[in-house]
Amino acid sequence: MSLALEVRDLNKFFGGLHATRNVSMAVPKGELHAVIGPNGAGKTTLISQLFGELRPNSGQVLVDGRDVTHRPVHERAGLGMARSFQITTLVRDLSVGENVILALLARRGHAGRFWRRVDRNAELQDAAGLALARIGMDPSHLPRRVSDLSHGEQRLLELAIALVGEPSLILLDEPMAGLGSEESRAMTRLLAQLKGKTTVLLVEHDMEAVFELADRLTVLVRGEVVAVGTPDQIRNDERVREAYLGEDA
Amino acid sequence: MPNTIPARARPAMLTSRAVQARAADRDLVAAFVLLALLAATPLVLSAFGQEFWTDVVLRAMILAIAAASLNFLIGLGGLVSLGHAAFLGIGGYATGILADFDIDNGFIQLAAVLGASALFALVTGMVALRTKGVHFIMITLAFAQMVYFTMIGLRQFGGDDGLTINYTSMFGGFDLGRKDTLYYVVLAVLAVVMLGYARLRKSDFGLLLKAAKGNERRVSAVGFDPYRYRLAAYVVAGMTCALAGFLDANFTSFVTPGSMSWITSAELIFIVIVGGVATICGPIVGALVFLLIEEIMGGVTVYWHFWFGLFLIAIVLFARNGLVGLLTGGRR
Ligand SMILES: Nc1ncnc2c1ncn2[C@@H]1O[C@H](COP(=O)(O)OP(=O)(O)OP(=O)(O)O)[C@@H](O)[C@H]1O
Ligand SMILES: [Mg+2]
Repeated sequence: MSLALEVRDLNKFFGGLHATRNVSMAVPKGELHAVIGPNGAGKTTLISQLFGELRPNSGQVLVDGRDVTHRPVHERAGLGMARSFQITTLVRDLSVGENVILALLARRGHAGRFWRRVDRNAELQDAAGLALARIGMDPSHLPRRVSDLSHGEQRLLELAIALVGEPSLILLDEPMAGLGSEESRAMTRLLAQLKGKTTVLLVEHDMEAVFELADRLTVLVRGEVVAVGTPDQIRNDERVREAYLGEDA
Repeated sequence: MPNTIPARARPAMLTSRAVQARAADRDLVAAFVLLALLAATPLVLSAFGQEFWTDVVLRAMILAIAAASLNFLIGLGGLVSLGHAAFLGIGGYATGILADFDIDNGFIQLAAVLGASALFALVTGMVALRTKGVHFIMITLAFAQMVYFTMIGLRQFGGDDGLTINYTSMFGGFDLGRKDTLYYVVLAVLAVVMLGYARLRKSDFGLLLKAAKGNERRVSAVGFDPYRYRLAAYVVAGMTCALAGFLDANFTSFVTPGSMSWITSAELIFIVIVGGVATICGPIVGALVFLLIEEIMGGVTVYWHFWFGLFLIAIVLFARNGLVGLLTGGRR
């Protein structure tokens, strides 16, 4: 079975803080792999290293068998990686449509044209509408400013943008952060639709959603992998109960 | 959510976006009106024997080309350069130095102007664009000051007295320096720059620059390298500003290191802000206002910069999008 993502002995220090400790992972193609762990465990730090925004102090990141450890973010995106952010990261003073079109242009690899008008390009507008439709958002939202959207709508838009161009590896950092229970359920349904179609690394605190969605889980505590396994294995793992699940059980 | 009516079949929602879009349309209409008025200006002014003011308007148009190139950087890219006047000087000196060697061929001069400015923009941009915010301001300033002091030091090209240009540029049989035609050449360049900006800001490239200004992380995450596009913008803006320097050299037959001092750079920023950042008409409106205040207040008091400063403060406080924003009712 070929691996979509392989992490080898990754280490990251923030001064004296060892935020990622010898982390190794292997995620086969098509798996929905969750990463869970208490606040400050180093989940976001891990994702940022996988995506290239943070440089690890040592270790390797392989995507589709290719070593991307030293590649910049935009090149990793070009190789079919996408991520969403724990703190919504959109261009707030542009429209929903412009945010989606930005991703469309990048995925198609022919942006930077000086003269083509993007605002009157029917094909791009339609493609942007379809990208919204995928997350159940009506295309009438396209002309709205992102800053006028509700928090829940912004979280959905981040997912829509991450999905543009059918990435082969999607890193999602707490897509349900700040969502109401109804919105969380809608998000869970959307993520369930991704299963099997693409490889997903999901960081999430919503345990109900995680155990429902994940094929396998990695548990991170203080930067270290303490357990890897299927939802059933993790639920019954003594160390995990102690270190993590025990807290709210 | 139901998903039956296609988006474009629906009436546009009255959102802040729609208000913005209408302000942008008015800005474009105003640009055409202004360009038409500028075309008629020499005829009207000479009918009243006011040729002096034609020269003021001509100077304003040259300044507006330079300001428009800076507006492209600030308005779309959020790149506030405090060294943009260096390109004015590079354009002026490339023209003047060639003329000093008896080369008055306009094609050769123009190639030198554009080539030198592109090279300078590329080299300094590659360094400056690695930095952000106040560091970017300081590095662009430092590069401009380097050229400024270099030209002051070069005695053979006039040093701080400046360089008198004995030959204006010849394009075949056409003398660019001819006063009656120069006005219209400058107007044509200004029109191309203004309408080019109107187009650019709606293009792929413009969207990318705006997005990188708003959220650089987002732009990288979708797969663009913001640095590359900013560098392209920086080179285009530098070349455009150098073109203004070329035109100015033909207008005044003179170029001084002062044309690239940080004070000139700051004046360009004033013009962009007073006119309205990220607007099509802002640079020409700002340049006209700047020169009118200079001419009128300059005749009354040597402290005209003080009054201009007050005016600038009023604009920043009460018209966040400058004079053009005030007229079109847009918001940034
Ligand atoms: N840029 C940084 N500089 C210094 N320390 C950092 C930096 N980023 C994260 N940290 C620290 O590294 C540790 C891991 O942080 P990280 O954000 O990865 O945790 P997390 O598992 O994502 O937490 P949460 O569940 O709250 O999102 C924390 O102690 C945090 O304070
Ligand atoms: Mg986190």
